[in-house]
Amino acid sequence: MADVNRGNRPLSPHLTIYRPQLNSITSILTRITGNALLVGALLVTWWFLAAATSPDAFATADAVITSWFGDLVMFLSLWALWYHTLAGLRHLYWHTGAGFDLKTVEMLGWGVIGGSVLLTLLTVIII
Amino acid sequence: MRYLTSRKQVDGLGAARTGTTHFWRVTVSSLALLILVPLFVFTFGRALGQGHIEVLAYYSHPFPALVAALTLAVGWLHFKDGVRVLLEDYVHGHARQIMIVLTVFISYGAAAAGLYALARIAF
Repeated sequence: MADVNRGNRPLSPHLTIYRPQLNSITSILTRITGNALLVGALLVTWWFLAAATSPDAFATADAVITSWFGDLVMFLSLWALWYHTLAGLRHLYWHTGAGFDLKTVEMLGWGVIGGSVLLTLLTVIII
Repeated sequence: MRYLTSRKQVDGLGAARTGTTHFWRVTVSSLALLILVPLFVFTFGRALGQGHIEVLAYYSHPFPALVAALTLAVGWLHFKDGVRVLLEDYVHGHARQIMIVLTVFISYGAAAAGLYALARIAF
């Protein structure tokens, strides 16, 4: 909206003036996780392409993705993936027009945070 | 102080001729990913860390291969639509257009690369 001529209209206070809340944090995390998954998704796509190309190419891609740095990216991506999935589920529920009272919103917010951590740990244990 | 908004300039022109297409595309792809992502996490998780021959053997089975193909294709297209919203919010002018085009190129490119790789492993 910043490139739109706002004229002499009153401005509403923006992000910097509000105390961080569960709602704003879980909302922006949905966007951050979704976009940050670019790194993990590129690594995984490269890994598949390398596996189809040659043993040498696979060795290179596999070495990167299973290095400590690759492990870190994969672990964070796993959490980001579960977080984004649960947050997306919350949006799909909201699309029905339900779940907008403060108590439910608060509960869903903690559910998304707790659920994503739980699912990440469960996945790491199972895999 | 004026209370007229720029809405006056766009009233009656419609929603940039696309309406709810973008919203609906993201909704449908998110529903698909809701099913695909858990399946992909646990099939890919089994293959990752194994040797080249084991990975090729595993992904020549139809189920893990189809799950990976659909997850990569739908996931990258969902990514394309999602990043677009981020760019529209935070990047302005020509930089925005250039970055949206780049995102579209990367998304289709990566989706194609993933599908090609899986097809080559399978056949």
